[in-house]
Amino acid sequence: MTLIDLANPTRFLTLTARILPWLAAATAILLLVGLYQAAMAPDDYQQGSTVKIMFVHVPNAWLAMFVWGVMSLAALGTLVWRHPLADVAAKAAAPIGAAFTFLALVTGSLWGRPMWGTYWEWDARLTSVLIMFLMYLGLIALWRAVEDPSRAARAAAILTLVGALNLPIIKFSVDWWNTLHQPASVLRMGGPSLDRAFLIPLLVMAVAFSLLFVTLHLAAMRNEILRRRVRRLQMMQAGRRSA
Amino acid sequence: MTLGPHASFVVTSYALATAVVLILIAWIAIDYRRQKARLRELEASGVVRRSGRGGADI
Repeated sequence: MTLIDLANPTRFLTLTARILPWLAAATAILLLVGLYQAAMAPDDYQQGSTVKIMFVHVPNAWLAMFVWGVMSLAALGTLVWRHPLADVAAKAAAPIGAAFTFLALVTGSLWGRPMWGTYWEWDARLTSVLIMFLMYLGLIALWRAVEDPSRAARAAAILTLVGALNLPIIKFSVDWWNTLHQPASVLRMGGPSLDRAFLIPLLVMAVAFSLLFVTLHLAAMRNEILRRRVRRLQMMQAGRRSA
Repeated sequence: MTLGPHASFVVTSYALATAVVLILIAWIAIDYRRQKARLRELEASGVVRRSGRGGADI
């Protein structure tokens, strides 16, 4: 099956129905393995047990940015290639990305209190992630405010691409400005600086959360396609009544 | 496994992540049922897509 085949919503729904149960099972298994490894990971010599917060905070922070990247590609799909499923993908991803960003912010805050002595600091990393969260909420509001999905799609695509400018700011904020947030310790030149005892559970949790995103995103896309079919049928029904 | 003096921060983080993920799953599952039910209602009232397939056959 090629990408062009997936442009057909009915074929997409057929494929989704086939793979969703397997994806959900793989996600559940990997999450359980990751949680077990996180529970068994040793305490950090400086951070003590709070290092365990890293195993939920970091995957959510990565996914907060990754989901915006997916939405940016979908935005290009809407504006440039006019792919029929592009705006469906973007709309379905926004609430999931918002949830991951919310979790990244809150778990970061809960990690910051015992380590930094404060829940919040208006520095570049935290503020740029908060801006991304607000932009996620803005996108969701935009989708809800405009009734016609194709009109909403174009406006949302432009807003998404504008928001993508924030991604390098988030990534490099810890290098460009003074911040309480630590610099990158996994995705960095010279390889990860984390000990294997922390790196392996972190990577397992990252893959598990990524699979969770793929599963939820496909399911939400399926719902959005159904919602548009309902809308079209309701319009046909209204047209018949008025004729 | 002991979590020491900062246990409440660790436990709250995991509890919150679990709650948010469960809410997302429930929201998507409920939305799916709702859309399928609406399609079935429309199909029962005689409204079908141009392809001739019933909406609930998806």
